[in-house]
Amino acid sequence: MSQQKPFIDIRHAKKSFGTLEVLKDISLQVERGQIVAIIGPSGSGKSTLLRAINDLDPLTGGEIWLEDKQINKSLPHRQYEKHINEVRQEIGMVFQHFNLFPHLRVRENVTLAPKMLKGLSDAEANALAEEQLTKVGMIERIDYYPSQLSGGQKQRVAIARALAMKPKVMLFDEATSALDPELVEEVNLVMKRLAEEHMTMIIVTHEMGFAESVCDRVLFMDQGVVVEEGPPEVIFRNPKNERTQNFLRKHLAGHKA
Amino acid sequence: MDYGLMQRVFPFFLEAAWTTITLSVLTAALGLACAILGTSARLSRFALFRFLGATYVSLFRGTPALIQLFILYFGGPQIGIQLDAFAAGVIGLGVNVGAYMTETMRGAIIAVDRGQGEAARTLGMSRWQAMCNVILPQAMRLMIRPLGVNINALIKSTALVAAISVVELTYTAQRYIGSTYKPFEMFLIAGLLYMIIIYVVGQGISWADRKARLN
Repeated sequence: MSQQKPFIDIRHAKKSFGTLEVLKDISLQVERGQIVAIIGPSGSGKSTLLRAINDLDPLTGGEIWLEDKQINKSLPHRQYEKHINEVRQEIGMVFQHFNLFPHLRVRENVTLAPKMLKGLSDAEANALAEEQLTKVGMIERIDYYPSQLSGGQKQRVAIARALAMKPKVMLFDEATSALDPELVEEVNLVMKRLAEEHMTMIIVTHEMGFAESVCDRVLFMDQGVVVEEGPPEVIFRNPKNERTQNFLRKHLAGHKA
Repeated sequence: MDYGLMQRVFPFFLEAAWTTITLSVLTAALGLACAILGTSARLSRFALFRFLGATYVSLFRGTPALIQLFILYFGGPQIGIQLDAFAAGVIGLGVNVGAYMTETMRGAIIAVDRGQGEAARTLGMSRWQAMCNVILPQAMRLMIRPLGVNINALIKSTALVAAISVVELTYTAQRYIGSTYKPFEMFLIAGLLYMIIIYVVGQGISWADRKARLN
């Protein structure tokens, strides 16, 4: 009897920059439809772990699997490029600083990759862009340039851009950290809607309230290891590890200040 | 000032200015071609190409253009390279300005935010697709003005080819000074014509830059 494989399976992930160990043997399994938050102080390795999943920061050890495909397998350069480009189409990523393409309108930001990589016609790509932009509430801005949008609007377009590739999983790398406080909510709402549609998501965040209300599981990372993990009500209300307790206390104090 | 003389020689200066313009255009074209190669080499994932690119840049920026021209034109025949003066001028200056343009282009490309390439790659684009569709369109806007500076410098450095007897503006001025003994007038005409050429080119570059910015 084979046990069902996890949707995303990170096995003994290790990452060093020179002598600095950023990830020290991290394993993490995510089921389809699960929403996992990764919290922790800056420098804890949480972003590095997220960026390792689509190989933006390649691991120096360990394996990452998406369903039955190993993401970071060793292949000759050309074959690896082909492999990773295919894998990345299945993994949507949203960045702290949006990284919208400033020379393209909102519409083209969304249609560029589907047209180029999936061979969609102009009409198909337009329909797709309209669908995704409607979903994030940005359809009215379809002909704007990114420079004409607020941070929250940019991030919503960035989410639509990622969704247009029909990814199997979405990675959020501090998607609301660069936003003015009053713009955080509109992005959170979009993410909540994705959660309701059972999109598999891994979310690196500093928004504890959001993590608590949306996520199925929370990981607390510090100094390259997962210190504690569990359901949000346990991690946020009743953490067992002292480091988790300290981090949350400081974080909450910072928010009240 | 001898205005009569200036009027009489002016048509010959115009002809020489045309040579300067031709020389500038050909040199700029060759320079851009060298710069595209040089930039590709400098940004290659192969260390050998990066080394070759860096060597090209430091070699040609690290020695006077005049020496490079002399080596090519006077030294060339010794190693079997026979070029007429004009061709030697174009090649010598073109390869030289290409080194400067390489740094301009590379600078513009690496000035595009890293996140742009990352966003393109995470959507599944290849390195090449990301470069052509996301990074280069943004880098182009950044490089128009500094390339304009390179071209401005290049137009003025065409004066150097007078030293290998290409009959362009500076050489023409020198030749008429030899027969008229009026260096002030002759260099004034040459300077004025350089200024007009540079003004026109400068306007063209400003126009291109504005257009790129307006998308």
